Amino acid sequence: MSAQESTAGFTHRRRRGAELFLLLLSLVVGVGAYAAVGLGVEGTVPVDILGYGGWLAALCLIAHLVIRFFAPYADPVLLPIVAALNGLGLAMIRRIDLAELAQNEDANTFARDQLIWMTLGVALFVAVLVLLRDHRRLQAFTYTSGFAALFLLLLPLLPVLGTEINGARIWIRLGPFSFQPGEIAKVCLVIFFAGYLVLHRDALALAGRRFAGIDFPRGRDLGPVLAMWLVSLAVLVLQRDLGSSLLFFGLFLVMLYVATERPGWLVVGGALFAGGAYLGFLFFGHVQSRVDSWLDPFPSDTGSYQIVQGMYGQAWGGLVGRGLGQGDPTLIPFSYSDFIFAAMGEELGLTGVMAMILLYGIIVERGLRTALVCRDAFGKLVATGLAVTFALQVFVVVGGVTKLIPLTGLTTPFMSYGGSSLVANWALIALLLRISDHARRPLPDLGGPEESETTQVVRTR
Amino acid sequence: MNKPIRTMSIACMLLFVALLVNSTYLQYLQADDLNSRNDNKRVRDAEFSRERGAIVVGATPVAESNEVDDEFEFQRTYPQPLKYAHLTGYYSYTYGRAAVELTENEVLSGSDPRMFVNRVVDLIGNSQPQGGSVSLTIDPRAQTAAYDGLRALGENITGSVVALDPSTGGILAMVSSPTYDPGVLSSHRFTAIQQAWERLQRDPSQPMLNRGIQEVYPPGSTFKLVTAAAALSSGQYEPESLVPGQATLDLPETDTDLVNESGTDCGGEKISLTRALEVSCNVSFGWLGLTLGADAIGEQAERFGFGSYYLDDLNGQVLSRFPEDPDDPQTALSAIGQFDVAATPLQMAMVTAAIANDGTVMKPYLVDEVRSPDFEALDKTGPEAFRTSAVSSSVAQDLTQMMIEVVDRGTATTAQIPGIKVAGKTGTAQSAPERPPYAWFVSFAPADNPEVAVAVLVEDAGVARDAISGSGLAAPIAKRVMEAVVSQ
Repeated sequence: MSAQESTAGFTHRRRRGAELFLLLLSLVVGVGAYAAVGLGVEGTVPVDILGYGGWLAALCLIAHLVIRFFAPYADPVLLPIVAALNGLGLAMIRRIDLAELAQNEDANTFARDQLIWMTLGVALFVAVLVLLRDHRRLQAFTYTSGFAALFLLLLPLLPVLGTEINGARIWIRLGPFSFQPGEIAKVCLVIFFAGYLVLHRDALALAGRRFAGIDFPRGRDLGPVLAMWLVSLAVLVLQRDLGSSLLFFGLFLVMLYVATERPGWLVVGGALFAGGAYLGFLFFGHVQSRVDSWLDPFPSDTGSYQIVQGMYGQAWGGLVGRGLGQGDPTLIPFSYSDFIFAAMGEELGLTGVMAMILLYGIIVERGLRTALVCRDAFGKLVATGLAVTFALQVFVVVGGVTKLIPLTGLTTPFMSYGGSSLVANWALIALLLRISDHARRPLPDLGGPEESETTQVVRTR
Repeated sequence: MNKPIRTMSIACMLLFVALLVNSTYLQYLQADDLNSRNDNKRVRDAEFSRERGAIVVGATPVAESNEVDDEFEFQRTYPQPLKYAHLTGYYSYTYGRAAVELTENEVLSGSDPRMFVNRVVDLIGNSQPQGGSVSLTIDPRAQTAAYDGLRALGENITGSVVALDPSTGGILAMVSSPTYDPGVLSSHRFTAIQQAWERLQRDPSQPMLNRGIQEVYPPGSTFKLVTAAAALSSGQYEPESLVPGQATLDLPETDTDLVNESGTDCGGEKISLTRALEVSCNVSFGWLGLTLGADAIGEQAERFGFGSYYLDDLNGQVLSRFPEDPDDPQTALSAIGQFDVAATPLQMAMVTAAIANDGTVMKPYLVDEVRSPDFEALDKTGPEAFRTSAVSSSVAQDLTQMMIEVVDRGTATTAQIPGIKVAGKTGTAQSAPERPPYAWFVSFAPADNPEVAVAVLVEDAGVARDAISGSGLAAPIAKRVMEAVVSQ
């Protein structure tokens, strides 16, 4: 469709009925997986299937109703996908719990906690949609968000609050709960970057010199990108968190590029990234060992046991998988969190893995589509930022688990056990829905569009 | 801003495509590789609960899987554990596999590509996949004769017997003593497995070592066959050529002399080469070594298989060796199988079999036939020449004649079989002063139409030093093995 149609002739429909239908399919997947776990492990449908299924259905229904009333034009595909992924994750965590309990009656279990966290996530989702009626109000909180992100990133470094788990100092502990503030910080950073870039994009976009066909920025405008580079390096050095460091810097680069429309920033940023990665490799043992076990994971005396077990699991899954409850995902350390994707590969096979990668891909696509149709620059930037964060996170963690890139240790969105990640991602989806509701809502009669653009992600000419 | 957003969406799409392609590679293309790795516990567990194929000798299984009522459903058992331990190997959950259980694992576990159709049928019929069976070239009577013969020397004997079919290279018997019970290692009682394993590992007599292929020993006088082969092949010697036969040989560059085992001369100042072999005359062969040179003898040894890997059906074959660049006295000692010459019993059996087989060394093999679970033959090993002429046919005939003389009226009369011509050679090898010498015997029969070639090594029989000789200890065992094969 042309730009004219999308703004003048074309109006988006609400499509809430479609959302409800897709949501029912998601529930079939989620509750069905839970039943299959019971059948696979114990031979019977779990006794609490009604309670569990009811709870999951209630959460989904509440989310749906809130969208129906508070964001009626929002994208209809996002919520069902998220519900399906979250349901699959819960079933797998439950499955691993059962295997651990079979070996040791006092083993830690995670499924119940994860369901509570999901409930909190949906609560935050509802709160965002109900309280935030227009995403542009967030622009007023640009610097607040920036400081909040910085504060959250610094929290784990505090002496009493912060704890180091498995070498990475990215956790805070409050009583029985541990929390990864970086997950929330990532959403705050998107808002901060968007607000900052909307204000400063002209200066960053216009001045510069041309070299080899690409516009390069002036030296004096390099300040922000250098600052962000240093923050990312600091995350790497102080918290030993390779994944988040990469994620933050990649996110900033992409938003800078989108705001200024200058590929030169990508070149500059890419060079900085390469330099930073090389420095990290030279000076930090944990970066070196990650790279080493990526290049050759098989001398199993190194720290690569986890990745090797993950690969074995996925290979064992093959094309169609062992079936839920029929594999050995407990052989993989942290198969309920960082390596849940390997457990999925083992039990659901390449078929299931491809379906899940595609679901993630659709979330990203819907996010970017929202950015395209959004009418204000701030909303465009936030939507792009959220979608790209999501894409990078999925790529980094799934690529790490499947040995496409060195393992960096991020959570798999909506599937890994972990409250902070789950809650933050539900909030992220709520923000996307809020922007898409605004973008797809028919225009009031007065005034033309700020920009006339197409709705298609890829131009097909 | 939409142009960069579109660019980013294409970039994101590429990231996801990369994930999809990589997952396909990992879970489909690379999966077989990963599944066949030794430390892959999932595959091991699955294999353990599958009906593994049998290892068969003649028509009798020497390793088979039986249904049991535990988590693995099947238990590997070894009906004649001690006699066949070093051939079947073990199939242990904790310690992996050995011997044929290791080298033929793909067939036995049913994952061999040749059984692809069977697997598809199993998959469609939803039945448990089964493994194929492996039949060995072993002649059960020869194996029994070798095992009983060796054990008859005593409980604690260390030694080995290897018998080959000279015309094919098929292994007819291979026994190593002391032996062990692979059934214990293959059980499902993990503490018992661990205790048994640790006991076997600690045992100074190394019961799990297959002395037929996994250890080398100084071959002593049996190596004189190689030196004689080098001499005859040089064209300068005939069986009747005269060589020195006096009591001592002055070793150049040293103060020591090479003496004969008997301490006296070998029947004169000059004796024939045949006579020298007959009485195993050290002086004659030491002199031949000096005259021919280390290179000629080393090359001859290599043509028989020294320095090569040739056995694929069992793991852990070690290389037999002839020393590199020995000086003159070392060359003289090497020519009589001392100094740094070292050979496996299989290697000496191959030397003997080559002489029996008109000079051609056959590649030794143990797996005769591989069958699918429904007993359909998948593959049969064909005889394959390892060296087509280690010695010429005429040299082989000369050597055969000389070896017949050894048995008829020389040092190996204990190996005579009534009515059958036997060709043989004894050996008694010194290694270190503190340990008893090794008693060797190599032979083949019938000499005019060889059916079996045997090498016997008695490493330590726990008998008095002067009772140790190739003819006294080793030759009677070889005789039993030859009789078992020839009388059939």
